[in-house]
Amino acid sequence: MSARDEVLTRVRAALQESDGAAAPELRGAMSAQAPVPRDYRAAGEDPPGSAAVIDLLDERVADYRAEVHRVAPHEIGTTVARILEGSSAVVVPSGLDAGWTSELAASGTALLTDSREAPLDVQTLDGADGVVTAARVAIAETGTIVLDGEPDQGRRAISLVPDLHVCVVRHDQAVQTVPEAVRLLAEHPERPQTWISGPSATSDIELVRVEGVHGPRTLHVLLVG
Amino acid sequence: MSTYLGLPTLRRKGDAGGRATPSGTRPDEPFGPVPHPDDPLRWGETFPQAARAALGNDQMRANLGHATSTIRAKRASVVGEVPDWEALRDAGAAIKTHVMAGLPDLLEELERNVTARGGVVHWARDAAEANRIVAELVRAAGVDEVVKVKSMATQEIGLNEALAEAGIAATETDLAELIVQLADDMPSHILVPAIHRNREEIRRIFLERMADAPADLTDAPRELAMAARAHLRRKFLTAKVAISGANFAVADTGTLSVVESEGNGRMCLTLPETLITVMGIEKLVPTFTDLEVFLQTLPRSSTGERMNPYTSLWTGVTPGDGPQKFHLVLLDNGRTRALADDVGRAALHCIRCSACLNVCPVYERVGGHAYGSVYPGPIGAVLTPQLTGSSGHGDPNSSLPFASTLCGACYDVCPVKIDIPSLLVHLRARVADEDRGRRVPTGWGAAMKAASAVMSDGGRFALAEKGTVVARILAGRKGYVRHLPFPASAWTASRDLPAPAKQTFRDWWAKEHEQPGERSDR
Repeated sequence: MSARDEVLTRVRAALQESDGAAAPELRGAMSAQAPVPRDYRAAGEDPPGSAAVIDLLDERVADYRAEVHRVAPHEIGTTVARILEGSSAVVVPSGLDAGWTSELAASGTALLTDSREAPLDVQTLDGADGVVTAARVAIAETGTIVLDGEPDQGRRAISLVPDLHVCVVRHDQAVQTVPEAVRLLAEHPERPQTWISGPSATSDIELVRVEGVHGPRTLHVLLVG
Repeated sequence: MSTYLGLPTLRRKGDAGGRATPSGTRPDEPFGPVPHPDDPLRWGETFPQAARAALGNDQMRANLGHATSTIRAKRASVVGEVPDWEALRDAGAAIKTHVMAGLPDLLEELERNVTARGGVVHWARDAAEANRIVAELVRAAGVDEVVKVKSMATQEIGLNEALAEAGIAATETDLAELIVQLADDMPSHILVPAIHRNREEIRRIFLERMADAPADLTDAPRELAMAARAHLRRKFLTAKVAISGANFAVADTGTLSVVESEGNGRMCLTLPETLITVMGIEKLVPTFTDLEVFLQTLPRSSTGERMNPYTSLWTGVTPGDGPQKFHLVLLDNGRTRALADDVGRAALHCIRCSACLNVCPVYERVGGHAYGSVYPGPIGAVLTPQLTGSSGHGDPNSSLPFASTLCGACYDVCPVKIDIPSLLVHLRARVADEDRGRRVPTGWGAAMKAASAVMSDGGRFALAEKGTVVARILAGRKGYVRHLPFPASAWTASRDLPAPAKQTFRDWWAKEHEQPGERSDR
């Protein structure tokens, strides 16, 4: 018998063997017949993009020691140029709004365009000073931004290898709770997702939090609206 | 649940109960005593033996006390801010119950969806088979070096050692796992495997074992973390094959997920050409939206953060983005044995957050190594003996269900509401049942028989109560008895006996219900 068939046979046998043998006080609470109780919050009290949600997102992202910038749409280019001032090379995904980086390019920084079809090699990514991406959704309560690999966010490697990540989030992309974000992301579960909550960090030494290990050590989030 | 049933004595150490190999702790280890087990789930010593040795290690106990109190406070604070925490726990528990009941179909559904998206699914009956599959896949990729994301499943099967035997060097990339690997140590915590080490010990390990560690390295956590970053960077950027575990696998989409902090997970899951993921068959969730429950409860329970820095989700192969070859190894290795016990099966609901370790008064004092398994603490005490099976007193893993005071703190914090105290009692009963056929009664059995004779007869019981006067005298003013003669010494060897009350309940009752003019003596 193949390993596959044997494991599945064992699983089925285990479930049959155990039917009804357990003490009732332990079974009652865990019946597989009853539907899953979903009494938790499926959405927050504040609608996506509302001032309350943006304020909370701002506070929670900053709590991870990421830098938050509240800007109007026409200020994106200037803000990006200011953050990356003096950089020699910055990675951009092929689908990024060109207006976000035009001022940076004008200041003399080389823009390295990356896509699935024409990927930069990892050494080039490692040599870049930073990366600018959009986002798919942001979660206020947890201070999380989610990228799903679409052309304005790019391959997973580009937001990982460069040491500085600038992520642009529109107000209407911000939701209050995790379930709101998951239900949105469930529309395209096949897309590779990266959930980012602050810069990379470790607490492995005496549970002391140290920001900046293997992922970008600096994270800037632009909240645009 | 408050009955403390005591530890069974061990009489047949090292018999056929399994590969009860001595853990081989050598006194001349450069970084203190570290275990070298042959079997990651059965290190050889019983819990009482290992605990006694661990209690002599003051440095480790201080390190653990500091670390667990820090994480307990962090967890309590971020859990406290979630208004629907209990509803999330209820949902998580129910989802996992459904997963176990529907496991065969869910596994086939997962296999179908991973395959449809370009992944290859492998099945492994046990550790040896899983290790063989992984080694063959690495060889097929033409390399002898791999990078690894921290994974309990690969710890459980001893993958690194098996790969080393096959001539393949595996580098752990999680900071704590790296510390453990460099010190040739074993993990002592599910989430923070090097929790038993303090910063000065870590500095010494890096200086001696990490070739490129800066000579002027101090013990500041930031400096130590930066040394690890520099050490691993080149490996990440050149690795061809990575090996990971999985926190969740979604049956209805074929999506896998790894939850992490440092970005070493992202490095491994993104940059190499080939990704091999080893996952226990119980790690499933039925639907993508079920993640909305666990991605709330897991980070807050484990690191005490609102969300961990990085969570990666991938579905098979994404052309042009990430590894173009993806292998998923589904591991049984005793899980179906646990599944067959419909009480014990709840241990398979575990999402490896480690909150139960951090609140456990026993774990905090003896540390992870005393449990003799890569799964320590309360969850380890119920999971390990079920994964390996046990054979009564001779098996060191039979002592694990007794490694608890049944205080219930683990149940209170469990994000999927595993009733660990009830499972412990259930498994203790199984150990007792396994011993029923024995010819020579255990001291425990004899004591219980004697107690039964006394307690089932009112006259005998009243007589026995008179004897408690002696215990009161022995207890003296301190109010507890430290040493009793044999056979009662079996009890007092490891615990004090409180002095009996001045008045027995029966005397009190008789006095309270005394009719006027009637004698209190019945």
